[in-house]
Amino acid sequence: MKGIEKIVNRIKPVFSKGGKLGFLHSTFDAFEAFLLVPATVTRKGSHIRDCNDLKRVMIVVVIALVPCLLFGMYNTGLQHYMAMGPGAELPGFFQIFWYGFLRVIPLVIVSYVVGLGIEFTVAQIRGHEVNEGYLVTGMLIPLIVPVTIPLWMLATAVAFSVLIGKEIFGGTGMNIWNPALLARAFLFFSYPAYMTGDKIWIDGFSGATPLALWTEQATATQPMPSWMDMFLGFIPGSVGETSVVCILLGAAILIYTGVASWKIMVSCLAGAALAGLLGDIPVHYHLVMGGFAFGCVFMATDPVSSPQTETGKWIYGALIGVLTIIIRLFNPGYPEGMMLAILLMNTFAPLIDHYVVAVHVKRKMKRIAANG
Amino acid sequence: MNKRIFLDPLFKNNPVSVLALGICSALAVTVKMEPALVMALSVTLVTGFSGFILSLLRNTIPDRIRIIVQLIVIATLVILVDLILKAFAYPISKQLSVFVGLIITNCIIMGRIEAFALHNKPFPSLVDGIANGLGYGIILVAVSFFRELFGSGTLMGYPLIPEKWYVAGGGFYENNGLFILPPMALIVVGLIVWVFNARNAKNDKKAWNK
Repeated sequence: MKGIEKIVNRIKPVFSKGGKLGFLHSTFDAFEAFLLVPATVTRKGSHIRDCNDLKRVMIVVVIALVPCLLFGMYNTGLQHYMAMGPGAELPGFFQIFWYGFLRVIPLVIVSYVVGLGIEFTVAQIRGHEVNEGYLVTGMLIPLIVPVTIPLWMLATAVAFSVLIGKEIFGGTGMNIWNPALLARAFLFFSYPAYMTGDKIWIDGFSGATPLALWTEQATATQPMPSWMDMFLGFIPGSVGETSVVCILLGAAILIYTGVASWKIMVSCLAGAALAGLLGDIPVHYHLVMGGFAFGCVFMATDPVSSPQTETGKWIYGALIGVLTIIIRLFNPGYPEGMMLAILLMNTFAPLIDHYVVAVHVKRKMKRIAANG
Repeated sequence: MNKRIFLDPLFKNNPVSVLALGICSALAVTVKMEPALVMALSVTLVTGFSGFILSLLRNTIPDRIRIIVQLIVIATLVILVDLILKAFAYPISKQLSVFVGLIITNCIIMGRIEAFALHNKPFPSLVDGIANGLGYGIILVAVSFFRELFGSGTLMGYPLIPEKWYVAGGGFYENNGLFILPPMALIVVGLIVWVFNARNAKNDKKAWNK
């Protein structure tokens, strides 16, 4: 640590204003903040001091995602070897994991390199600080795409979501929609063949995800996996979304540290369970199929694109749950309702906030009028 | 004077990107470049001649019924364009379908008549109408260029991206389906508006400093 600090302090003048490489100062600041706690302090005004800064919040979410990522790697390998045929003997745990690791890691690398590249460039052009916001998005994106997605498509989607979804609105904290979901939506509408249906699992095995099976009325080419399999996650699907156990683990971390709102998760679950009564698929199947659990825990709770008021969070979560199930049941064109429901409710989040505050003010005014 | 009337609507006061008129049809007909060009030409003719004719009539039209008279002139021109397209370019007329008829509702036409033709002499009105039509056309062509190139891999119907690049031909490339859908048109128009605003802001600053 001391060594790094020495080096950083020695080259600092070169990058500060007026230095030889002064124009690169925001890039330098980013690396300094990443390696050390920078010595810059707030100069005026009173502040509440808290060790919980943006960097730490982001790191907590990334840690919460690790179980999903590791399981996703194992499951990728498992699905690959299972697709060899029912008679084939499964290799050892590490070989399975290693295969999945080699398939998933390129997605993570592409996502981070492209996203951070754009983030650094834009920060340079604007002369802003580089924000930590992309750390979480960059981890989420590889987890919500099928592992077989071509890397250049992933790179395009990342570039689209960071530029159009975030930087245009003013960077981290200003975006209307969740950038990771926007990347998925871009892929979903741009290259539908790669996002759903037969091409998801290659290597000679063409099978649909359980959600697609339901919507195709289970044509019996493939048996429906059991509820327990879906809960544990041994099913085909996007990298990180299959295992509800790992997602619950992540949810526990997020709720315990207070990073994500438990109100959104609970109301989302309740909304989906209620709307699930409409269809003929048992409710508890809805909750473990597709991206519902993942979206509910990691996507809907994004603090930037969800409402800020506490009542608003209940409304927002419940509507996401209801809409997801409605899209699943009544729109066979788009089996995955979670993505669309969250993006739609992201759009309405400011409106929900507006009316929650308006109602609150009205009630207060009434009380004042009654008392005085 | 006439030069400014002609040049301003092309970039500085572009009807679509600066005045935000006629955006609906810019989203609807820009999937391919060919129909977009034909659409731009049709709108240019209608804006030009409707401006010219109504400018001739401007002193005889009673103020209270001017909208009806304007609509009659515009509708006549639109029907003429529609019939000409049906006669000489039937496949494109089929592709444009209802949008040729809907030129009558294009805000640019009525906007230019109300704002310009009713207060100016016939010839400047003709120039103004044609220039606004061309300004609209520039945006249409720009949007359809990106949408056709990325969405279908062609330009004016000619394949631009080699067959070998596609997955079907052993390559890696796939056309982007989102560019065919209307949302991407909106995003592309938005980006063009961004470019125009940035450019105009720079020019305004220069003028201010002078």
